[in-house]
Amino acid sequence: MADVTLRKVVKRYDEVEAVRGIDLDIADHEFVVLVGPSGCGKSTTLRMIAGLEDISDGDIMIGGDIVNDVPPKDRDIAMVFQNYALYPHMTVAENMSFGLRLKRYPKAEIKSRVDEAARMLDIVELVDRKPKQLSGGQRQRVAMGRAIVRNPKVFLFDEPLSNLDAKLRVQMRIEIKKVHQKVRTTTVYVTHDQVEAMTLADRVVVMNHGRIEQIGTPNELYHKPATKFVASFIGSPAMNFIPCRLEDVAGKLHVRLTDRLAFPLPLARAVRYQNVPRTENLLLGLRPEHITEARPHAQPGVETFDTVLDVTEPMGMETLIYFTLEGTQVCGRVNPNADAHDGAPFRLAVDLNNMHLLNEVTGVVL
Amino acid sequence: MSTVTIDKAAPTRKVKYGSISRDRAWALRWSYFFLVIFAIFFLTPPVYMLITSLKSSAEISAATNPWWVFHPTLENYIALLTSNQFLRFFWNSAIVSIFVVTITMLISVPAAFALSRMRFWGSATLATGVFLTYLIPETLLFIPLFKMFAVIGDWTGIQLINRWYVLLILYPTLTVPFCTWIMIGYFASIPKELDEAAIIDGASWFQTLTRIFIPVALPGLIAATIFAFTVSWAQFLYPLVFTTSTDQLVMPVGIITTLIKGDVFNWGQIMTGALLGAAPPLIIYAFLMDYYIAGLTAGATKG
Amino acid sequence: MADVVLQPNRAATSKTVGKRGSLHKMLKRKSTVAFLMALPLILLIATLVIYPAFYALHLATLNKSMSRFVGLGNFEFLFKRETFWLVVQQSCIFAITAVIFKAVLGFIIAHFVHNIPAKGQRKWRGMLLVPWVIPPAMSTLAWLWLFDPSYSAFNYTLSFFGIGPIPWTGDAYWARFSVILVNIWVGAPFFMIMYLAALKSVPDQLYEAAAIDGANWWQRIWYVTLPMMRNIIAITTLFSLIVTFANFDIVRILTAGGPLDHTHIFATWAFRIGIEGSDIPLGASVSLFMVPILAVAAIFILRDISKRGNEA
Repeated sequence: MADVTLRKVVKRYDEVEAVRGIDLDIADHEFVVLVGPSGCGKSTTLRMIAGLEDISDGDIMIGGDIVNDVPPKDRDIAMVFQNYALYPHMTVAENMSFGLRLKRYPKAEIKSRVDEAARMLDIVELVDRKPKQLSGGQRQRVAMGRAIVRNPKVFLFDEPLSNLDAKLRVQMRIEIKKVHQKVRTTTVYVTHDQVEAMTLADRVVVMNHGRIEQIGTPNELYHKPATKFVASFIGSPAMNFIPCRLEDVAGKLHVRLTDRLAFPLPLARAVRYQNVPRTENLLLGLRPEHITEARPHAQPGVETFDTVLDVTEPMGMETLIYFTLEGTQVCGRVNPNADAHDGAPFRLAVDLNNMHLLNEVTGVVL
Repeated sequence: MSTVTIDKAAPTRKVKYGSISRDRAWALRWSYFFLVIFAIFFLTPPVYMLITSLKSSAEISAATNPWWVFHPTLENYIALLTSNQFLRFFWNSAIVSIFVVTITMLISVPAAFALSRMRFWGSATLATGVFLTYLIPETLLFIPLFKMFAVIGDWTGIQLINRWYVLLILYPTLTVPFCTWIMIGYFASIPKELDEAAIIDGASWFQTLTRIFIPVALPGLIAATIFAFTVSWAQFLYPLVFTTSTDQLVMPVGIITTLIKGDVFNWGQIMTGALLGAAPPLIIYAFLMDYYIAGLTAGATKG
Repeated sequence: MADVVLQPNRAATSKTVGKRGSLHKMLKRKSTVAFLMALPLILLIATLVIYPAFYALHLATLNKSMSRFVGLGNFEFLFKRETFWLVVQQSCIFAITAVIFKAVLGFIIAHFVHNIPAKGQRKWRGMLLVPWVIPPAMSTLAWLWLFDPSYSAFNYTLSFFGIGPIPWTGDAYWARFSVILVNIWVGAPFFMIMYLAALKSVPDQLYEAAAIDGANWWQRIWYVTLPMMRNIIAITTLFSLIVTFANFDIVRILTAGGPLDHTHIFATWAFRIGIEGSDIPLGASVSLFMVPILAVAAIFILRDISKRGNEA
């Protein structure tokens, strides 16, 4: 059990910087997920923590010790790989105990640890099988078992669920969470799937272009994104960004979307954006769930307007609707009973209490 | 209504279907016909070896139907298998082949591991070099090698020429490059995560090789072993050049130089010897055909 | 400010650490371990392949007793000898003819094997590869016996059709034919196996798509099979060209170069001159003539192999 600290960690491949100076503190017992699009440096970061990649600059500490030059086997970590990396010629039990056998643990202890891990992961009846005889989900469990048996300071997961089908992925996600609740080992988990990140993490680290965009709890990232990248990456369907400008109309601050469409801001928001220059090009960030069908009773901060729907997608519990505002496609979520049809006029309501305002050029959320 | 249309459609479809399957049947018949012809062509020499080996000298010189054995006898087999000289050839061949296989594996497996996984300065060039070496035929090198060993003998007094163990030095030049090359291919097909997992599990490079790579690439290892064995067993030029005394000879050269005495060809014994000489590779092939073929195709399909 | 103070400090500490364990660290370094593991291979190639190759160049410039440097004298001597040009001509005819027939025959057989039901393929494949498995020195002996001037089993059979007797190894042209025939017999199975592996790797959907597009079997071979197998065909052919060109066993045993040197190829002639004739420099010169064609073939193979690497 240990905390993990990264200080200005840099990874250079020849002249290309894959990771450009990362600072990250991971507390003991914490479950941290690194998430980002492919090529953002998240896997490289994980592999540097594991010791599989040398770091070009900066320091990595595990349990307070600098491990920059410590080989992987002496870092006391365990790793679960995307393709499981099970040794094909060993049985499940042999796979799980390989590390312990190399360290010459007593046989009895190896057996008890393997049994315990197998029970925890519900693979007791599989221990004598070879990886070839296992399904994808079972292999995934064995790979996790191999990590648990070692009882390491840190678990590292490198996109462990991306080879599984959607249904199994949900199931294994829950399984991983359960295991973490039991063993409480510090965990660093890499994924490109924001749903996995949100559901698993104590804290999520969003990475892009080798840098950290934002660190926070899943709810912080969802409700208070710091940048356009985070705002668009977290949440599905993604947040809408509508070009807009601030305007004073009759002493009240308005956000103008098109020539004909402008909404007065609710009080809290008006105060917050008071100092934004009125000439600046801005983006209005609205999550689809804040664009709904107009309801009979007016609520503060909720403004209505009429539009024509382009496409509707009934999802069962909700219907996604798409319409166009000045060339920008906007997505909203309406009640399935709201009578929304392709190409039909529809009255929508936007909840400006949950709006975000972004600088169009820098992408910073104001 | 609907049944009527189906009935109408059925005959036309049936006829078409039948014509396709008739084409297939004819293609199949022709395939078998030609395969039989080729099989006869390919198997005639070994079968003829067997036929002749069962004949006595008298029957051979009587010039009866050469394709038939009228008085089968094992006298050729008995003569050879009780001849110390012939057993000596067999023994020399076996010893040389076993040693060469061992040496080859000890050199090529670690080298292939290093070249496929551990990148060092010049490793990419070396991998290409290994392949190029494999393309250099022994007929290009036997003369300088012969002179080299003669010079070494003059300088150091270590006599290597006309000693069977000189072949232990020479044969690896034929086996090691190819075995290294195909092992590089087999090792390269092992996913990178597997050795990373082993490293995280605490395995050293050597342990990764012996406990993960060798077991996982075992089929490749077997293929390489078979290759090394058959090459050592079949090699003809090097022993012909480097060994002359009858007690130093290996099978192929031994049979050709001792059973052919001047113009007197004892064909019964020659064919028996040839068949016995061909037996070890053939037996290995019969039992490990899949590995043998995997090794054969690996040179061009892997790497 | 703080940064400026900190930086040199850190650099200094890391340097001392580096120095303290430098030897130990180097031994543990991945690249060092790797180099040591490859060292026996490097030594083997350097001393027993590369060195002799250059030594051959050196030998080729000496006189027969190897006491005097004669420059290109050996080559001049060779160029003036009729036998040399005969050997050049025969080597090329031998290699090219044999490789073409092996390639075509191998392709045809591979197709037939591929055509029959999968469960019988193993048996046929196993049978048809036998010539490749038998040590060539041993199988050539069987051919020598089949071609025997007085007891030839072929001539016995042909006599029933009123043909023969054919001087299989006695007449210059027949001897060349026989040598090439035996080489085809040994080598065609190798092509068959390579092509069969390649045929298996062509996805069935491609043939089905071609059939739907209306291609007949010939068009399917021409537009689907051959392009898909192009790489394997090229590599196998080039590889076989090298092996055939440098062949020794078959010619040596079947004809020993005769009659009247009319079947000698580079390897057998180099052996005759260098080892049997004890003129090592001249023998080395002869064998060196194989280098250009081998080099060309090797370059093409290497290009194909690296192309495959890039595609993967």
